[in-house]
Amino acid sequence: MIWLTWRQFRPQAIAAVGALAAMAIVLAATRPGLSSGYAAAGLSACHAHCATAASIFLDRVGNFDKFLDFGGVLLIIVAPVLMGLFWGAPLIAREVAEGTHRIAWNQSVTRTRWTIVKLGLVGLAAISTAGLLSLMVTWWASPIDAASLAGGSAQAGTGGNGVHITFNGFGEARLDPVIFDARGVAPLGYAALAFALGVTVGVLLRRTLPAMALTLVAFVAIQVLMPNFVRPHLLPPAHFTAPLSTQHGQVGTNVGTGITDIQLTGSFAKPGAWVLSDTVITPSGAQPSDIIMTPAGPEFTVLPRACTPTPGSGFNPVPCRETLAAMHLRQAVTYQPASRFWPLQWIETGIYLLLTAGLGWVCVWQVRRRRTP
Amino acid sequence: MIDFHLNSRSGVAPYLQLIRQVRQALQLGLLREGDQLPTVKDVAGSLAINPNTVLKAYRSLEYEGLAAAKPGVGTFVTKTVSDQSVVAHQRLSMELSAWIGRAQQAGLDFEDMEALFQRAARAAAQEEAV
Amino acid sequence: MSSTTAAIEAHGLGKRYGHRWALADCTLTIPAGHVAGLVGPNGAGKTTLISLATGMLAPTTGTIEVLGGLPASGPGQLARVGYVAQDTPTYAGLSVADHLRLGAHLNPRWDAGLARRRIEQLSLDPKQKAGRLSGGQRAQLALTLALAKRPELLILDEPIASLDPVARREFLQVLMHVTAEQELSVVMSSHLVADLERVADYLVVLVASRVRIDGEVDDLLATHHLLTGPRRAAATLPASQQVITDSHAGRQSTFLVRSSEPIIDPAWTAEEVSLEDLVLAYMGPSSGSPQEQRLEVHQ
Repeated sequence: MIWLTWRQFRPQAIAAVGALAAMAIVLAATRPGLSSGYAAAGLSACHAHCATAASIFLDRVGNFDKFLDFGGVLLIIVAPVLMGLFWGAPLIAREVAEGTHRIAWNQSVTRTRWTIVKLGLVGLAAISTAGLLSLMVTWWASPIDAASLAGGSAQAGTGGNGVHITFNGFGEARLDPVIFDARGVAPLGYAALAFALGVTVGVLLRRTLPAMALTLVAFVAIQVLMPNFVRPHLLPPAHFTAPLSTQHGQVGTNVGTGITDIQLTGSFAKPGAWVLSDTVITPSGAQPSDIIMTPAGPEFTVLPRACTPTPGSGFNPVPCRETLAAMHLRQAVTYQPASRFWPLQWIETGIYLLLTAGLGWVCVWQVRRRRTP
Repeated sequence: MIDFHLNSRSGVAPYLQLIRQVRQALQLGLLREGDQLPTVKDVAGSLAINPNTVLKAYRSLEYEGLAAAKPGVGTFVTKTVSDQSVVAHQRLSMELSAWIGRAQQAGLDFEDMEALFQRAARAAAQEEAV
Repeated sequence: MSSTTAAIEAHGLGKRYGHRWALADCTLTIPAGHVAGLVGPNGAGKTTLISLATGMLAPTTGTIEVLGGLPASGPGQLARVGYVAQDTPTYAGLSVADHLRLGAHLNPRWDAGLARRRIEQLSLDPKQKAGRLSGGQRAQLALTLALAKRPELLILDEPIASLDPVARREFLQVLMHVTAEQELSVVMSSHLVADLERVADYLVVLVASRVRIDGEVDDLLATHHLLTGPRRAAATLPASQQVITDSHAGRQSTFLVRSSEPIIDPAWTAEEVSLEDLVLAYMGPSSGSPQEQRLEVHQ
């Protein structure tokens, strides 16, 4: 049974090994460049207050390396989906659709054993592939991750010649939802679940293409729901409040609306943290009710109604600042600290693996039901 | 050795056809005492017929004393057609020719004669079975 | 017969899909050591019966036992039964040699020598992918896979329906040769009696999800007669002669009757019936009484 599973999986295995090998070569070739840039910015020697050096390093990372970083993240996020679609969905659906289940289930091996071996071996291959991919990319990106952890941030357009591009997520903390999915052990859980989902949908629908479509929809739905609704609550989030200073707020006029207002800056600065909510509150903890403002930080634009300029007269910032100061506004932040990266990874992966086991059980149960002549 | 063939349209049961072919071969001297008949699996495999049919034919031949089975080896012819039965066959042949002449005079053609013969043969077979 | 355990034994077996019974009220005992033909028009329930016998479907009512055990109830039972499904499926992407390796890995009693000899005799290229084989070659490959497993019972679902006459003959030749060699029991379905006439010595006629008649071919042929004679109503025949079909034209009546006693009434011309005509009689709309009797041959 092991031989048969391998033989049927061989073309996909070869494709995967090829892709992994190509990836490995490219990453191995470019990593030394990153390491030397890291050292050149003084980060290897820096032990405290490294934010400036980190920003310099991140800024100097070349376009190709940025592209690789982006590509690596993309690949790890896409890999589980691909495996669910091309390794999982056809695993049993194709056998039933082509009638070869009439051969497979009439040798001297029970259906239970047949299902468990196929699920186990190909599932293991999926998890291993995701694991290897994650290992390679995490290793390659460790200088970038360390720099963002140190408080660095990339700015586009400065440093060196040529066009500098950046993308949402470059140099972002590992807890950032996009990056989180592509680091650590999480990809293993995703690969396992996507694969198991594909196989189960395939067993239920018994046709490969509809199974692939449904697997795609279901898995994408799960991957959207998890970081937005589940992950923030896996561990109790931390809270931060501090007074919001109004003295140094910048006065500015919004070009579009013509409204003049005051811009305040929050004081929350925890590098690598995952901010869940960042709001302005009154001392009693409630939402301020008589100022117009943008709802979320880290920079707040506020305009007390009391200061709204009347048509004809100009905007006088001094009484406005006094009105604001009297409100004693505070910044309230809910966040997951950077140190929660690994605990969240393990908890989430554990959940996915549990779901995978459940789906595996459903598969075996459905295959054993005698309803497919 | 003998090569069997089957006429699926003759209306004669396959096992009877096999028996007849063995008898004919014996009469023509193509099979002699000690010759081995083809194995059941070879006959079944070349004619694509049920092995039990071949077994039935061979058992019938054994019952008639024309062949005997040696377990693990095969089925062998035990009797060469004697000159006596050749003489009997010749006599029957002559009687048959005389009958055919009389039937033609009565106005029967060859198909009518065949029908008469088949009906009489079937009746005789049924009587035997009872 | 080689053993007293029946090849397939069913009691009140039925399978329902929604409101439709694909197989109903099926009670039969197919003896081992025979080549049993399962014949009936398309949609009669042949594939359903075979699927129930191989454990691909579970019964709605009744029971079925194969070689004394429940279908597909474990590796031991699975090893005793070989199955060639309709259209003789093979793995299109696997080569002939791969198929044999499949058999070797998944069957403890695999006879590698037999498999190799069969493939050589068929002049199949071991490296050829099964998807590139002709219909006849694929059928032979599927048969080899089932035979080299050394089962006690071989079940085939319309294996030669889509083959040309040469391929058909070659398939049956191999089947009969190995049946003789291994003393196999065989259950083979077809919608054509002609396919089964040469090879079957037991027959089951399935029509509209029910068994119309089953029995040894020799018995069936000996107990069915075609009677021609002066015009009479079917009811006037003696009770020992069960009328299967009747037709009347002018002053003549023709009856197909079933009787275990010989026909001695001189008014009748009694003829033998060919297997094909016998089956057609049971498959026709005029067969059987309105009460739908289930007919069995009494051993």
